[in-house]
Amino acid sequence: MTDERLARAGVLRRLLIRPELGAVVGAIVVFAFFAAQSPVFRSLDGVANWLDPASTLGIMAVAIALLMIGGEFDLSAGVLTGTTGLILVTLATEYGFNVWPAMLVSLVVALAVGLLNGLIVTRTRLPSFIVTLGTFLMLQGVNLGVTKALTGTVQVGGLRQAGGYASAQAVLGGTVEVAGTPFRVAILWWLLVTAAATWVLMRSRPGNWIFAVGGDERAARAAGVPAARTKIALFMTTAFAAWLVGSMLALRYTSVQANIGIGQEFIYIIAAVIGGCLLTGGYGSAVGAAIGAVIFGMADKGIVFLGWDADWFKFFLGAMLLLATLANRLVRRYAEEVRH
Amino acid sequence: MILETRGIGKSFGSVLALREVSMGVEAGQVTCVLGDNGAGKSTLIKILAGVHRHDSGALLVDGAEVRLSGPRDALERGIATVHQDLAMIPLMSVWRNFFLGAEPRRGLAFDVRTARRVAREELRAMGIDIRDVDQPVGTLSGGERQSVAIARAVHFGARVLILDEPTSALGVKQAGVVLRYIARARDRGLGVVFITHNPHHAYPVGDRFLLLKRGTSLGEYAKADISRERLTALMAGEAELRALAHELERE
Repeated sequence: MTDERLARAGVLRRLLIRPELGAVVGAIVVFAFFAAQSPVFRSLDGVANWLDPASTLGIMAVAIALLMIGGEFDLSAGVLTGTTGLILVTLATEYGFNVWPAMLVSLVVALAVGLLNGLIVTRTRLPSFIVTLGTFLMLQGVNLGVTKALTGTVQVGGLRQAGGYASAQAVLGGTVEVAGTPFRVAILWWLLVTAAATWVLMRSRPGNWIFAVGGDERAARAAGVPAARTKIALFMTTAFAAWLVGSMLALRYTSVQANIGIGQEFIYIIAAVIGGCLLTGGYGSAVGAAIGAVIFGMADKGIVFLGWDADWFKFFLGAMLLLATLANRLVRRYAEEVRH
Repeated sequence: MILETRGIGKSFGSVLALREVSMGVEAGQVTCVLGDNGAGKSTLIKILAGVHRHDSGALLVDGAEVRLSGPRDALERGIATVHQDLAMIPLMSVWRNFFLGAEPRRGLAFDVRTARRVAREELRAMGIDIRDVDQPVGTLSGGERQSVAIARAVHFGARVLILDEPTSALGVKQAGVVLRYIARARDRGLGVVFITHNPHHAYPVGDRFLLLKRGTSLGEYAKADISRERLTALMAGEAELRALAHELERE
């Protein structure tokens, strides 16, 4: 082999091993597909429309991506968005809390759940898949049980009358006008979360530790990385994201169904995988997960714009997931291939 | 002597893993530890690296007797160990691996520019030709990985470098590459403990040779006192080889 050949392979390799590559290509294809057939889809109103589901999903997908890069899963994250919303609305409507302190209480509960997940996983070395499946079921039960016991129904509502609603709604649940079109403020939060997560991953010491504990925890520990603390922090970050999204949705709709968020946990994981995260950990990107969420949002709304049956969305999701996993496997093999 | 053992021993329950072994490591010299599987090589290096505590004899660092409390203690005294499985993360880039657990900071941030530059410079100073420090460690060959691990230990101030079978999984050419970096580390004034079962790898680079067999020392020789042939013969066990040849001979 000559050095020239290696140099060229190096550039190509560097491009190809960007974890977000597959998601970027996928997003362009999906956008082109829907934009070509639906003028509404490509209008500013349409963009605002499909960025909305992308944003709340994206915040969760980014947090889950960090956790997955760190080598763990969190199946309780979806239900936790329901738990935090329910706590917020229940405290504000049944117990006369102002919205802000009610949000603080739900944040403390969310972080406690994250801490608990993290502690159990790091202390027992049990797979996080099982541990968080447990917390997922427990939270699901608590959400329904407590809501029914308190209200006799399976939803809580009436947040609009609570003190502090207007200000909290403006910050987390409102809209921002861009060129005359209202965009959800959640989109800004999503961009902020993605930027912050990218900075942490690429430009901070904990970012290096996240890649390391997900890549090879034993080796990371041998190099002096605080592996347990890193993982617990990741679980708490996911819980924080669930709190943020749960509060946004509660403020937007002013009521929360007790069964909300169930099934979402897999959508987060799917978005993260489409964004280039490996299921085995140690590899992935926050930007990729955010783009994965955009693909999801475009398909979700695009299918409606085209007047198709919404059931096709599930088919699309499955196909995207398969394609993404196949692409990721190729990338990983390429990146890990040993040269002699 | 930076590092020295005097009649050191270690037993696990009723098994005597190591008995009465004496050896020394000088700055700028390579001490080779040779022995077959089960000879006690890994017990010895685990004592030197602070993983195991010795039961008998003495361990001396800079001439003073010490008991190492753990690997971190050993590391703080400048004794770095490069393990066979290397403790590197295949999916992470060379520079991220190089500084893992000891990332340079700039304010709150991980100073990635410095990390990249220093990793590149340190590798070059060791004569390691890595085309691109951004490439994942998994794409490096076995010899290159060993070399990066050695460069990392040198950069973080190791005075004694313990290399656990760095050439055993490598082909002839790759092994040669690693031997060259061992020589380079020696030339930079480090004391090197080179564990191997291959006398052909040990002889060209070694200054002293410790031979282990079933947990005991067959002696520590300076290079002037032992020929390559004698070393090979001692390693292989002349009597055993003759018996084996006899046994395998066709009627």
